Amino acid sequence: MEMTLQDERPQQLLMGNEAMGLGIVEAGCTLAASYPGTPASEILASVVAFAKETGAPVHAEWSVNEKVAFEVALANSMTGRRTAVSMKQVGLNVASDPFLRAAYLGVKGGLIVISADDPGPHSSQTEQDSRFFAMFAKVPVLDPASPREAKEMVRQALELSEKYELPVMLRPTTRVCHARQNVPCGPVALKDRPARFEKNPGRWCATPQYLRELHRQLNEKIENIAGEPGFAPLLTAGDGSHPGKCIVSSGVAFAHTWDLLSEMGLLGRVDFYQVTMPYPLNRDFVGRLASGYQQVLVLEETYPVMELQLAAAKVQGRGSKTVPGQGELTPDVLRQVLENFLALPARPPMAAGGGEATRPTLCAGCGHRAAFYAIRETFPNGIFPSDIGCYTLGLNLGAVDTCHCMGAGISQAAGFYHAYAAGGEEVPPIVATIGDSTFFHAGVPALINGVFQQARFILVILDNATTAMTGHQPTPEVGLTAAGEPGTPVFIADLVRACGVRFLRECDPYDLAAFSGILQEAEAYCRSPQGGVAVVIARHPCLLDRDARQAQPSFVMRVTEDCTGCRHCLDDFECPAMSLDEATEQVVVDAVRCIGCGVCVQVCPAGAIAAVAKEPS
Amino acid sequence: MKQQLIVSGLGGQGALTLTRLLAEAAMALGLPVITSETHGMAQRGGTVISMVKVGPFRGPLIPAGEAEVGLFLDPKNLAVHGFYLKPGAAVFVNCGAPGPYLNLDARTLAQQLGAPVVANLILLGYAAAKGGLFCDPELLERVIQGKTPPGFLESNLKAFRLGVAAAA
Repeated sequence: MEMTLQDERPQQLLMGNEAMGLGIVEAGCTLAASYPGTPASEILASVVAFAKETGAPVHAEWSVNEKVAFEVALANSMTGRRTAVSMKQVGLNVASDPFLRAAYLGVKGGLIVISADDPGPHSSQTEQDSRFFAMFAKVPVLDPASPREAKEMVRQALELSEKYELPVMLRPTTRVCHARQNVPCGPVALKDRPARFEKNPGRWCATPQYLRELHRQLNEKIENIAGEPGFAPLLTAGDGSHPGKCIVSSGVAFAHTWDLLSEMGLLGRVDFYQVTMPYPLNRDFVGRLASGYQQVLVLEETYPVMELQLAAAKVQGRGSKTVPGQGELTPDVLRQVLENFLALPARPPMAAGGGEATRPTLCAGCGHRAAFYAIRETFPNGIFPSDIGCYTLGLNLGAVDTCHCMGAGISQAAGFYHAYAAGGEEVPPIVATIGDSTFFHAGVPALINGVFQQARFILVILDNATTAMTGHQPTPEVGLTAAGEPGTPVFIADLVRACGVRFLRECDPYDLAAFSGILQEAEAYCRSPQGGVAVVIARHPCLLDRDARQAQPSFVMRVTEDCTGCRHCLDDFECPAMSLDEATEQVVVDAVRCIGCGVCVQVCPAGAIAAVAKEPS
Repeated sequence: MKQQLIVSGLGGQGALTLTRLLAEAAMALGLPVITSETHGMAQRGGTVISMVKVGPFRGPLIPAGEAEVGLFLDPKNLAVHGFYLKPGAAVFVNCGAPGPYLNLDARTLAQQLGAPVVANLILLGYAAAKGGLFCDPELLERVIQGKTPPGFLESNLKAFRLGVAAAA
């Protein structure tokens, strides 16, 4: 388990997610399923790439959501084959139903559940800790400190999973997923295991009469795993200069603490444990901490999972408020904690950056910008529930009022309608927005519910023909599999009709007038006696797709002398290629950032933006 | 050999490409390396930072005041990420305005090349030739040749060499 920086095997520079993808292929998994989400997205793409490179026969899929991914993966494991399922931490919320029951019923072929946490958080709705989820489910969890450990732990997790017939979680964090490191690469273990499903209704259909016994078996497994010597914490022993004290850490907080202690000349001066399996904690280790130390400092992200299991010892950590209760444990946060715990003179903290960070924005030419602009201009007093994806950036245009979790925008639109309508109040225009991939993920049941419950609102499905935010994974409508092979496309319009929607229009939002006209028509339908949910599919491909960008006409944009400096295009259209020249008080277009989509011509109230067709180069 | 470097920019300017090239250069020298990157929504034009730690480090993040090299693809970011720099760090900024750093208007040079996206490689070439990086321009050029997809190789190499020449 000890990870040294020296290794004779050939090395590759790999991102943590790539390292786990390679680990999945090397360990002989025959199926990998996932739904994209930062910071986990690159794992499945790497499985595809490494399987191709090594000729390993792996079925890799972008499932429609994490629950589905988990269930597909579980069945592969039930036939005795090694399996991986990966997702971001809030994806595990979606997959929680099959995940919790899988702990009771167990698995056959090794099943690794990778749930990537996002302390900070950098790109998530919460900074929840998947290790707590593992503890709640009574599933062991491994916590890697680096890309190379993450890869090694994929193999260990699968072996542990097979030994105990239990799913095993691997919990990397953003700083492991998106770190790059030199990683040793080994041979691929081609597991020659045919798929054999053995029927066992008492287990695979377990009715309540069986579950108490299955729960007993689960408890027994966890107890035995807490005694597994291969997963006991690793000690870097001190020299007695800090008697009665020790530091316990896991995940990337361990790596940062290692670097800090090394820099402070304290490595090898104080007992320092790396916990590789935060749940279940090794039983002997818990005993040793309780009897061997007066003060124990626990450094972990993001919730006090180990600290709570160590309640018998004199522990300090996030729960005791010795360590900040929220946020990432960066080296700068950890340094102060270590200085206090080891009673060292404090180094004056460095002043953090004073400058204003640039906020993210929809790309120049993004079809979502046109759609949001039209929605907000058409319904200045509307309520705009939205969802998760690039289009959450519609916030910047005042066209996104809520962003909760995958699919929630549609259900919230229905809830807003009932809130106003049931009280007999005038219902404001309600326009929900959702991306194509998110619609497939969790929007369909919400739409069925909205129609059936007779809500009245407009749903705009922003169809850019990809899952853009997470790196352009194909959606079911695109009809390409994760490996880039043709699949069977499922069309959004067909789904919308099948959900019982009676008003459906499709439009390219680049034509602002036409799009706005359709929105008004949709609003009239909602308010008509037979009205209900109106759906508008706003189609414009993501222009980060080179081919899509080259396929559309491009213009040279020019701001004329008629510009009054009114800022409408800057504040309400928010194109990153436009800014105000403070000397002339007129708008200027940055020719490098502008992609020449020409939509802003329709936005300027003074008619001061001109588009000239580009000479073909 | 130990060196900690930051690459600061806006999403889309190619900070990740530079991070990766620097890490590959460390690998080519047989040095352990670990980096951290910004992914997700910030990549849509927001402020991003990458860190490269060459040598026997375990964690991917650099503490405040410890970076020995800073590459700034946008001068505005000096105010945002300058606190990571060690006093006396080698700092290279993509801008025309001189200051307490080495500057090169890589953006304009890239536009003159007809490829605005290669400003990052111009700045890298400039920094490598000015000295202060753990690796020299010859090694970085070999890494660019080995790690760039064929369609981009010519323009990336041209940009890198332009940066090297600008340092003379």
